[in-house]
Amino acid sequence: MVDLSFVWAGIIAFAILAYVILDGFDLGVGILFPAIRPGSGMRSRMMNSIAPVWDGNETWLVMGSGGLFAVFPLAYGIALTALYVPIFAMLFGLVFRGVAFEFRWRVEERNKFYWDWAFIGGSYTAAFFQGVALGALVQGIKVSDRAYAGGWWDWLTPFSLTCGLAVVIGYALLGATWLVMKTDGWLQRRMREYAWRAAFGTIFLIMVVSLWTPFHNPEYLTRWFSWPSVLYSAIVPFCMFVLTILLFAGLETQKDVQPFLCGLGIFFLCFVGIGISFYPQIIPPDIEIREAAAPDKSLAFLLVGAAFMLPVILTYTAFSYWVFRMRWPHPIDLRSSGLL
Amino acid sequence: MFDALELARLQFAFTVSFHILFPAFSIGLASFLAVLEGLWILRKDNTYLRVFDYWKTIFAVIFGMGVVSGLVMSYQFGTNWAVFSDKTGPVLGPMMGYEVLSAFFLEAGFLGVMLFGRNKVGLRLHFFSTLMVAVGTLFSAFWILSVNSWMQTPVGYAINDVGQFVPENWLEIVFNPSFPYRLVHMVLAAYLTTAFVVGGVGARHLLLGQGGKEARVMFSMALWMAAFVAPMQIVAGDFHGLNTLEHQPQKIAAMEGHFETRKGASLILFGIPDEEAETVNWAVEIPKLGSMILTHHWDGEIKGLKEWPPEDRPPVTIVFFSFRIMVGIGMAMTAIGFWSLLSRAIWGIDRARWLQRATVLMAPSGFIAVLAGWVTTEVGRQPWTVYELLRTSQSASPLDAPVVATSLIAFIIVYFVLFGAGTYYTLRLMRRPPNSGEPTEIAGPVRTANRKLIEGISHVSGED
Repeated sequence: MVDLSFVWAGIIAFAILAYVILDGFDLGVGILFPAIRPGSGMRSRMMNSIAPVWDGNETWLVMGSGGLFAVFPLAYGIALTALYVPIFAMLFGLVFRGVAFEFRWRVEERNKFYWDWAFIGGSYTAAFFQGVALGALVQGIKVSDRAYAGGWWDWLTPFSLTCGLAVVIGYALLGATWLVMKTDGWLQRRMREYAWRAAFGTIFLIMVVSLWTPFHNPEYLTRWFSWPSVLYSAIVPFCMFVLTILLFAGLETQKDVQPFLCGLGIFFLCFVGIGISFYPQIIPPDIEIREAAAPDKSLAFLLVGAAFMLPVILTYTAFSYWVFRMRWPHPIDLRSSGLL
Repeated sequence: MFDALELARLQFAFTVSFHILFPAFSIGLASFLAVLEGLWILRKDNTYLRVFDYWKTIFAVIFGMGVVSGLVMSYQFGTNWAVFSDKTGPVLGPMMGYEVLSAFFLEAGFLGVMLFGRNKVGLRLHFFSTLMVAVGTLFSAFWILSVNSWMQTPVGYAINDVGQFVPENWLEIVFNPSFPYRLVHMVLAAYLTTAFVVGGVGARHLLLGQGGKEARVMFSMALWMAAFVAPMQIVAGDFHGLNTLEHQPQKIAAMEGHFETRKGASLILFGIPDEEAETVNWAVEIPKLGSMILTHHWDGEIKGLKEWPPEDRPPVTIVFFSFRIMVGIGMAMTAIGFWSLLSRAIWGIDRARWLQRATVLMAPSGFIAVLAGWVTTEVGRQPWTVYELLRTSQSASPLDAPVVATSLIAFIIVYFVLFGAGTYYTLRLMRRPPNSGEPTEIAGPVRTANRKLIEGISHVSGED
């Protein structure tokens, strides 16, 4: 009998990863917004490149929270109470950003400025606090008797703030490489520059966070370096090295798609790294995957749906990306799209 | 002031009340858009396409606001109601999971194609996308109402050794006793809400003489909807009430303002409930009608609130008034529906100025009715989150009042600013005359970034 809770841990991990890389690049676009002066139409090009897909990208975040609630209700309750402040800050950021998307097109030029800043502020806030929440989780969360037992500000440490910064810079890398892929001319050249800078920052911060992590919990070290699993876990830094080389090479030789794919790969590896550190726990240092899981009847019921629906969802998501695969701008019926 | 629990409840009430306004509108609007596009394809009449494009723009704004306010809801269970989440997660979580899998992804996945893709995919594929968005909104209603109904009428569960509700029979859980009634009642409510907004906008443009055929299509379709669906809604509501009487008699007693158990109870049309004195002051009542409506017998017995200890009763005043507001609006909608039938039969709706004025006045009424209805059922469920099994007071996270107060104040400010702006833009969109002859098949460049400009800039390096 397969242990359903581990299957589900895999599915939820996938949903969160999907969220991070998909919404990552469109949050990244918002993070790069201040670098481009308003009024040139360039900002609209940047926004246009994500307008058709951002909604679907954000849905993975709901999938992550909905999945946790369904499958690991205990972990959901504990983690969200412990991370109350960063979670709400992230939500407010996403609210601002989401409405800015819809409103920016509908205002006079002089008011566009406000929604640009709502979009920028929302993107930075959401990205930063996602990193903070992750950092706080890595540090570990105090639990006693099926409930959060820490204080309101336990999440606030130099480590979690560093993680927040790392995610902002990392998303900027994804955003810049996405725009390299999706635009041309002057904007594309600018984005290549920013991709360089963001790439350096991202790699540097990944190293800092990776070296800092084991200090929070010695178990992380044993999970990484116990024999023979070290053979597997050694693959991660090796791949990271290769991808970094490929990323810079792609930027140097002015490739369009390669940098973006390498950026996604780097995020994927960070994710695997966190997975290796946590396994078999879901909320370090106390709550294990199996212990937090809902009864098998709950897991099985939703698994039927997920097994059938997730492939379908991935198919039509891919279809949507395919429909909007072109570079921007291009002749598009923005007026009938209700954008103007 | 307030303690942490009250603040958490206020926060939930505030955010969920705000949120429901958007689905109430977008469920109906998505179906309306699908019908319009279908009519356009069938009848080859561009009027429908122009009406479609008119409302598509508004749908995008409403849907965006619905998504972000819903995102907040999905996290609030964990942040403020961790105990509730832990205990009910095994039952409610998978249903919400199904909502995400079957509804949210569907809506979000096809919304892009519906809004931006007409020139990129074929006619059929575009229509299919519009249909999928509409179906998505209905799936969403299905699952979330099933979740809410289970909290009202919990069945098919067992309780495990750590005090969690665990699923025993999924079919019973999903199709719990109050679910079919609630689903029909809410979907009809959404359709009516949309009908009156659409009808109100059409009527306004007709009154200003600037609507052309498009405004007439809006007005006429909306009134057909009102004429048939408003009476259906009253019937559906009656069935829903009888179901509530069977499963939640306290709620009905609070709605009706009955403190005493009586045979042949009257129907209180209006009054001021006094919970301390356990009576309704200034009551205007019709003898025996209460029993007639609820038991279909003149002398049927209706239980009063005194059957239950005070700590198990819902707050009477709020439920008593919200119920009357909802019913009053339902009656007014039905009246407009009949009036429109009469107008059609005698002089046609184009020249029925007073009908048009009344419809403009009624445009926002659906939202008020939806809110009043939810207040009735949710406040009427108190003091329980899971009816008679889990008290609201025992559902919250270990919360700290200042933190909850801060986030509540932040929500109030942010929601009023952002959704105020959203409402303003939506109203501005509704002021556009629907026959402004906007070409719908432009293959023109983007206004803010047109090709010439871009090419010009591309050759200029540096800032512009």
